[in-house]
Amino acid sequence: MAGSNPNAKPMNLTLKVWRQKNRAAKGGIVEYKVKDISPDMSFLEMLDVLNEDLLRKGDEPVAFDHDCREGICGSCNLFINGRAHGPEKGTTTCQLHMRKFSDGDTITIEPWRANAFPVNKDLSVDRSAFDRIIQAGGYVSVNTGGAPDGNEIPIPKEIADRAFEAATCIGCGACVASCKNASAMLFVSAKVSQLALLPQGNVERKARVENMVAQMDKEGFGACTNIGSCAAECPVGISLENIAILNREFLAAKATSNNLV
Amino acid sequence: MSWISNTFSSSIGRKIIMSVTGLFLCSFLVVHLVGNLQLFKDDNGVAFNAYSEFMGHNPIIRTIEWVLVLGFGFHIYQGLALAAKNRAARGSNYVSDHIEQNSKWYSRSMALLGSIVLFFLVVHLYNFLGSLRFMDVPRDANGNEDAYGLVVQAFRNPFYVVLYVVAQVALCYHLLHGFQSAFQTLGLNHRKYTPAIKALGFGFSIIVCALFAAMPVYFFFFKS
Ligand code: HEM
Ligand code: SF4
Ligand code: FES
Repeated sequence: MAGSNPNAKPMNLTLKVWRQKNRAAKGGIVEYKVKDISPDMSFLEMLDVLNEDLLRKGDEPVAFDHDCREGICGSCNLFINGRAHGPEKGTTTCQLHMRKFSDGDTITIEPWRANAFPVNKDLSVDRSAFDRIIQAGGYVSVNTGGAPDGNEIPIPKEIADRAFEAATCIGCGACVASCKNASAMLFVSAKVSQLALLPQGNVERKARVENMVAQMDKEGFGACTNIGSCAAECPVGISLENIAILNREFLAAKATSNNLV
Repeated sequence: MSWISNTFSSSIGRKIIMSVTGLFLCSFLVVHLVGNLQLFKDDNGVAFNAYSEFMGHNPIIRTIEWVLVLGFGFHIYQGLALAAKNRAARGSNYVSDHIEQNSKWYSRSMALLGSIVLFFLVVHLYNFLGSLRFMDVPRDANGNEDAYGLVVQAFRNPFYVVLYVVAQVALCYHLLHGFQSAFQTLGLNHRKYTPAIKALGFGFSIIVCALFAAMPVYFFFFKS
């Protein structure tokens, strides 16, 4: 394989995996052994090996979410050894490689834990609360046209860059998972500041932040206490500055919007 | 619900209450500290008793005192309510959790640190304000209530000295996180000013709490 290291020794690992039949069931940790794991594998490929083993034995494979496997969709949400997306900084689980572990390691794998993210099965959680927050205001209703039309609206490079930085949020939920308060403020702040920075987002600016925060509260996420675990674990490095922007936007909207409730 | 109650019952609104009351309490700490520094004067409490008499009877001060009571009330109620709500939002705990690798312990322990301060506050009010307001306190040579004498007496007790010092350590950590956090909550985060706010908060927490903590220690060793 191109780029693979011929000297890398295969590893044997002990996995402690959270198994839970369905939403209502009480889950628990089950221990598995996996053998001959190549250090070049991604974490998800290692789990594929485990699942093939389980299928061969006639056992139920471990359910986990994944889609793009290239760090852009935000579905591969695993809490690995006590950290969202594992101990590596700035990476999603699918981009975490087994070379970051050593032969003989024991790895604990759990689902995101938050009341607003109920466990569907094993390691797979329901993140539709994020979708409903986006539906509450994370969009612009005006048609902004294609790329050439977009370029008709002059936006200073610095602003464009900051909006783009916020726009890189992949909605993975690591911020919620790593927050002691299960707060979704980093996610919501990324969406709110991205659109608040751009002229296209200005029309719905006040209603957006009011509605998104209301939906966030309704979903049962906690309140931010500025601990900073979220930004430290965010795979794309969304910064806490966005939460300050969110709070400013919220206060300004509440103080000046025509919305009386 | 009206937009006002809606705003202040939202998660961000409740945090705004925490930050505004928290910073207000910080301003109270400064006033309280500056006044109490007179305890270090070697005049047998003459200046301190005069100050204390003024604070206890000036109508403007007595009015502002109610604002202080409200400030504490909102801060404590909202702080404990938010902590309970946030705990419930998490639901279950991780089997393996290494949150210590991504955040500071005291930023995660605001409710615990606040509760230590609250316990101290109750004892503290009982020690001094309770006696001054509700009991007959002997008067000094100038006819002022001898608050200084109460201080001397209280800090003969090593239990109080330890409690006061522990409470100041708790308050110090509360503010090491809280001071800068309040600005972030209010949306006051800016590349130019945030480093200065953080430095100010660090200095504020250490200096204010160290000076408060020095008082019981000074009385225990030099005035008892
Ligand atoms: C003189 C005493 C006190 C001062 C100066 C003070 C100051 C502060 C400040 C500045 C904050 C940060 C607010 C923010 O993050 O926006 C804070 C947060 C907090 N305080 Fe206090 N505080 C005091 C006493 C207390 C007491 C007695 C309690 C009662 C339990 C308490 C509980 C809390 C809690 C739980 C938080 C975190 C709230 C959150 O971030 O959501 N504090 N405090
Ligand atoms: S802010 Fe970061 S951690 Fe949170 S959902 Fe977006 S990408 Fe994931
Ligand atoms: S599978 Fe899409 S980000 Fe990991």
